[in-house]
Amino acid sequence: MNERIKKATTHTNQNEGLIFEKSSPGKRAFELPPLDVPAADPTKALGASHRREGVEGFPEVSEIEVLRHFTRLSTWNYAIDLGMYPLGSCTMKYNPRVNEFVARLDGIATEHPYQPQELSQGCLKILRLLEKCLLEITGMDAITLQPAAGAQGEMTGLLLIRGYLEKQGNPRKKVLIPDSAHGTNPATAVIAGYEVENIKSESHGQIDVDKLRDLVTEDVAALMITNPSTLGIFEQRIPEIAEILHAKGALLYMDGANMNALTGVTRPGDLGVDVMHLNLHKTFSTPHGGGGPGAGPVAMKKILEPFRPVPILVEKEDGRLTLEPVRRDSIGKVKAFAGNFGVLVRALAYILAYGPGVRQATEDAVLNANYIRKNLEGVFDLPYSLPSMHEVVFSDSIQKQNGVNTMDIAKRLIDYGFHPYTTAFPLIVPGALMIEPTESESKEECDLFIDAMKAIADEAATKPEIVKTAPHTTRVRRLDEVGAARKPILRWKPATPRSEAAD
Amino acid sequence: MRYLPKSPAERQEMLAAIGVKSIEELFSSIPERFRLREPLKIPGPYSEAEVIQYFKERAAENSNGYTSFLGAGVYNHLRSVVTDAVIQRGEFLTSYTPYQAEITQGTLQAIFEFQTLMCQLTGQEVANASMYDGSTATTEAVLMAERLTGRRRVLVARSVHPEYRDVLKTYAKNSGLHVEEIPFTASGTVDAKALQAALKDDVAAVVVQSPNFFGVIETLAPLAEATHASGGMLVVAIAEGVSLGLVRPPVEADIVAMEAQSFGLAPSYGGPFAGVIASRDKFVRQMPGRLAGQTTDAEGRRGFVLTLATREQHIRREKATSNICTNQALCALAATVHLTLLGKEGLREMAQQNLSKAQFALSELLKIPGVKRMFDAPFFNEFVVEFPRSVKLINAQLLRDKIIGPLALGTAYPELTKRALVCVTETTTRVEIERFAGALKRALEQPI
Repeated sequence: MNERIKKATTHTNQNEGLIFEKSSPGKRAFELPPLDVPAADPTKALGASHRREGVEGFPEVSEIEVLRHFTRLSTWNYAIDLGMYPLGSCTMKYNPRVNEFVARLDGIATEHPYQPQELSQGCLKILRLLEKCLLEITGMDAITLQPAAGAQGEMTGLLLIRGYLEKQGNPRKKVLIPDSAHGTNPATAVIAGYEVENIKSESHGQIDVDKLRDLVTEDVAALMITNPSTLGIFEQRIPEIAEILHAKGALLYMDGANMNALTGVTRPGDLGVDVMHLNLHKTFSTPHGGGGPGAGPVAMKKILEPFRPVPILVEKEDGRLTLEPVRRDSIGKVKAFAGNFGVLVRALAYILAYGPGVRQATEDAVLNANYIRKNLEGVFDLPYSLPSMHEVVFSDSIQKQNGVNTMDIAKRLIDYGFHPYTTAFPLIVPGALMIEPTESESKEECDLFIDAMKAIADEAATKPEIVKTAPHTTRVRRLDEVGAARKPILRWKPATPRSEAAD
Repeated sequence: MRYLPKSPAERQEMLAAIGVKSIEELFSSIPERFRLREPLKIPGPYSEAEVIQYFKERAAENSNGYTSFLGAGVYNHLRSVVTDAVIQRGEFLTSYTPYQAEITQGTLQAIFEFQTLMCQLTGQEVANASMYDGSTATTEAVLMAERLTGRRRVLVARSVHPEYRDVLKTYAKNSGLHVEEIPFTASGTVDAKALQAALKDDVAAVVVQSPNFFGVIETLAPLAEATHASGGMLVVAIAEGVSLGLVRPPVEADIVAMEAQSFGLAPSYGGPFAGVIASRDKFVRQMPGRLAGQTTDAEGRRGFVLTLATREQHIRREKATSNICTNQALCALAATVHLTLLGKEGLREMAQQNLSKAQFALSELLKIPGVKRMFDAPFFNEFVVEFPRSVKLINAQLLRDKIIGPLALGTAYPELTKRALVCVTETTTRVEIERFAGALKRALEQPI
């Protein structure tokens, strides 16, 4: 036993096959109340050609088997509820349980988006208060809560810019994106109908302002900037960047993925940003749920307001709220109905719990990142030395000398009881270790993490094999991803597929 | 603050270890003049009890106590408490996208099971996990067809959900797609003749929904034949997934875009739901969204990984099949648990109850003088009725009886004033249907 592994120990967990492999005809896990109207004859009602006899292959199991099946699967997961989840740029913070509770209340979870607005005032008030809070936090003038996630928020933001520029006669051609940006930025620009031009960062990892000045022409619609950047560094010249863009009629888009570094401390609207999205599943604590759902509200300056997606939430003179379906200059709808309402509810519950004290969360997040940075500097290479905000990015260049790369170190962290940090991103740092602890970690948890990282660095120097072959304590070892992609198996099939044999 | 795990002394200790005197120093890279000096003007801090109180007060301002006959893409179905018990386990709820496969096998295997269930339901060979909702799944299906055919024209039936069409138009506008709408017939189905006339060799996709927005089931085989003859792809949207328990799956479709809300997800004022794209194996490399695949580890044990990531934005950047990153994973998990609970028999029975109750509701409504059914094609759990007066007036009357009446169609379809879309599911009781019919009868007897 390795005594330097303090946080974790191995323990038995249950094996479990696929649910389809447990199925046996006649078992069931769900019963409906008896039918209280005459039973319709499906063949008569639907017509024989529309009729289906039942879903071939669907599981037939009992309730206890369902519960055990998914409970067993759950024990194979790491989660914030188990410990630190230092994924850089993902902001894996505590997801308060009260948020889950209120999102499930009768009268909240039960509401239909087409019910009369006089019976939806509670929902609309929630949306209104969230709008107001997010506007105050971002320093912006107007907002839409409709986008379902960050990437859709980005698209909405660029469409707002496009709508605004089109109205002035020319939507322009290009969007500038730094080489340190999230992959969603360039993918989004293409969907919004723009060409992408990448800008190289200068030697400190910041936007090269002089180069930017040359690049910004009348063809440029916007610059998409992440602030703090994916290096965790605040773009200090952001007001100047905004001026350069504005002088040529272009706009500044801010990817708000890293808003956890700024909330309550500074406001993008004050910095010259024209439009930005927020990831409520990052900064505002809605649970990541294994990959969503999220929500990606977009906050903007006055000039973009007329272009917001419909419906628009409007406060009437008598205080009543309504959703107005039509706006002449709207970019249209980006998603059906009124956004990921249940996620918006959770985000508001989070904001109300903190109130103005949310600044303390930001401070603790930055404190944790800097504490880790201080303790690991020298143990790991720090390629960019400007002050860190909410995350710190090291490189594996020291460990590389022994053939150990960032992915190996990340996998070894698992044996030490931690979820890996973000590996190999941002792209401008070869072999990146991107660490974002968030405010949710205690000093004790940070210390354990630091200890683990130091122990792994020692191992990389003295017995690199153990790191290169990690993890050693998980129920499966590193999986064959190349094989998975070469001959994809993307669904379960019965052992002897009768239908295929018939073909 | 109860969410923050540090004492003042620990904060001081950490600041000292870093070598700074105050927290302010850590923010020195933010230009002084941009740092907030005043606290944010937002309500709070609230204790847990106050948070709950706030939302209970808002809930009380909504529709509690009303019986609803609304569907139109958001359905009220029975949900087992087991589903919530599972998805509220922290190991699922508070886990990230399963990029680190060794410690996310639970999520990955569940996604694999979700993909399998979606294939079984839709009669397709491969399904992703997941898109934001039915509207964006439909749009992404069209973009997928565009990539596969290299064509730019899209024919979408007017009987597809109006909001799905709206979202498609938003995306299409800047992707160089030309969207044209195909009318519906007096039966409520897509007008095959008009479709045939519009089909040329430049059509990437034909988009229909079944059951369509009017609840009517489309006959897909001839639509597929016509579409394929012109070299296009048939995209079938499904907003009411429970129908698949009883209605033949869209096997003729090249791409299916489904809304999974009916599978255990609360209406929640319109979201979060989960969209699904299902298609043929041969098209998988043009599919958007995440896919889990089966593989083995070094010791030959079965395991699952996210796969075919070279389609995705974090690898391909501007050349990705979609910009989607965060999706609706927990909603997809809820659907997986829910469908596993229902199983083969439960889903069939649920679908049967929906069909029976909708048939019963229609027969009750048709007893009322002046009420007629519009469209005569077979339907699942929604149907359109025609009233002798404005739906708005009628619904205002129904509200007094604590009934949220059917959706007025005149807003989305100007030619369909005085028509309403009635939805009945297994959750609607006979008593409620009879009460609705009685209230409607009274409403129509009132002088205008």
